[in-house]
Amino acid sequence: MHTTSSQTIGPYLHIGMTWLADENMAPEGVAGERVTVEGRMTDADGTPVNDAMIEVWQANALGKYAHPEDARDIPLDARFSGFGRVFTDADGRFRFHTIKPGDVPGADGEPQAPHLNITIFMRGLLKHLITRMYFPGDVHDADAVLRRVPAHRRATLIAREGAPGKLEWNVVLQGDNETVFFEY
Amino acid sequence: MTSRPGNVNVRRLAGYRKADPGTQPEYNYPPYASTVRRSPSQPLVVLPTTLSEVTGPLFGWDRLKANDHDLTRQGNGEPIGERIIVSGRVLDGNGRPVANTLVEIWQANAAGRYPHKIDQHNAPLDPNFPGAGRTLTDEHGRYRFVTIRPGEYPWRNHYNAWRPAHIHFSLFGPAFATRLVTQMYFPGDPLMDDDPMFNSIPDERARRRMISHFDWETTIPETALGYKFDIVLRGRDETPMENYLPAR
Repeated sequence: MHTTSSQTIGPYLHIGMTWLADENMAPEGVAGERVTVEGRMTDADGTPVNDAMIEVWQANALGKYAHPEDARDIPLDARFSGFGRVFTDADGRFRFHTIKPGDVPGADGEPQAPHLNITIFMRGLLKHLITRMYFPGDVHDADAVLRRVPAHRRATLIAREGAPGKLEWNVVLQGDNETVFFEY
Repeated sequence: MTSRPGNVNVRRLAGYRKADPGTQPEYNYPPYASTVRRSPSQPLVVLPTTLSEVTGPLFGWDRLKANDHDLTRQGNGEPIGERIIVSGRVLDGNGRPVANTLVEIWQANAAGRYPHKIDQHNAPLDPNFPGAGRTLTDEHGRYRFVTIRPGEYPWRNHYNAWRPAHIHFSLFGPAFATRLVTQMYFPGDPLMDDDPMFNSIPDERARRRMISHFDWETTIPETALGYKFDIVLRGRDETPMENYLPAR
């Protein structure tokens, strides 16, 4: 079977996508270290991207994904799905509130550095972008995924400390400091 | 090193296969002008297969309302336009149905206008057509929407540019790796030949697979024409790479 071809989400994405959007991924009662991730998305000219959708997928504070494929004997958090969907605003800014995930095993069984799995959709992207956001202050040098990334580009994947409880992570689609994008 | 019980046994995970050559678009596709400044210029980094890639969000009926699949029943009256039934199956790359997966759609109204603040096309809005729907596939991977046939509309990509009639589809499938956003086209639409989005797919057969088929079986007499559109999500290897035997 041939995978159906991807097409752009287009400029009118909000019509179909808004119903599932929620800046707050971690309602009250969800365990873990609370963080607000804020950032700005810009294109090759530094122009803010005002019509992007960002989706987040992550493990809970114990490193467990709410998905049957994660069969490890680690508790789920009933109030935490691990999914988030937000849009950029007129100034290219986006924000979501979540908890820092625990570490999940990599391909070799060694723990990966805590990370958010991110997909990005917008007019002008015929297929979505895949990236990750890592957390400041963790050990990143040993991470098997980050080791695949050229050393001088790794910083684009690691959020910076902002005000207490806030992390800053910007997305640059093209050009200087272009964010690292993955394929899978 | 973490020595948490869950991490002791390394379980090799089967990976998802790459798409066949020519069946997916490139990021930078100049005929579609908006791609030029929004596409990455650096090489993509290949992710290994980990739990992060083979898991993904799952959604249940609790998130949906009873009429979410029927775009003709979301206003106070009936929308203007030709009622159609859009249905099909969601399959994985091995031909198996993808059950209980979320399918989201949105589209222009019959006049080719979206109820969106940036759509300035001089065509009428329809107060009875918000233009979005969603449903879950059943145990056989089947989905079904009731809607109206969307109109074609102009855009500013090039001189006298018009988008062929289309319905936007968004699917999650079983994993982060299977996420797909695409568009469904209608058979016989003359605008497809000159549409940069449709033609961003190099492989002709792959392009044709984005076109729905008129279908008598799902056509409801005196009520609505039926169109079928099957969607195939990325296929997964049957076994982890380590045990993978190359084809003879």
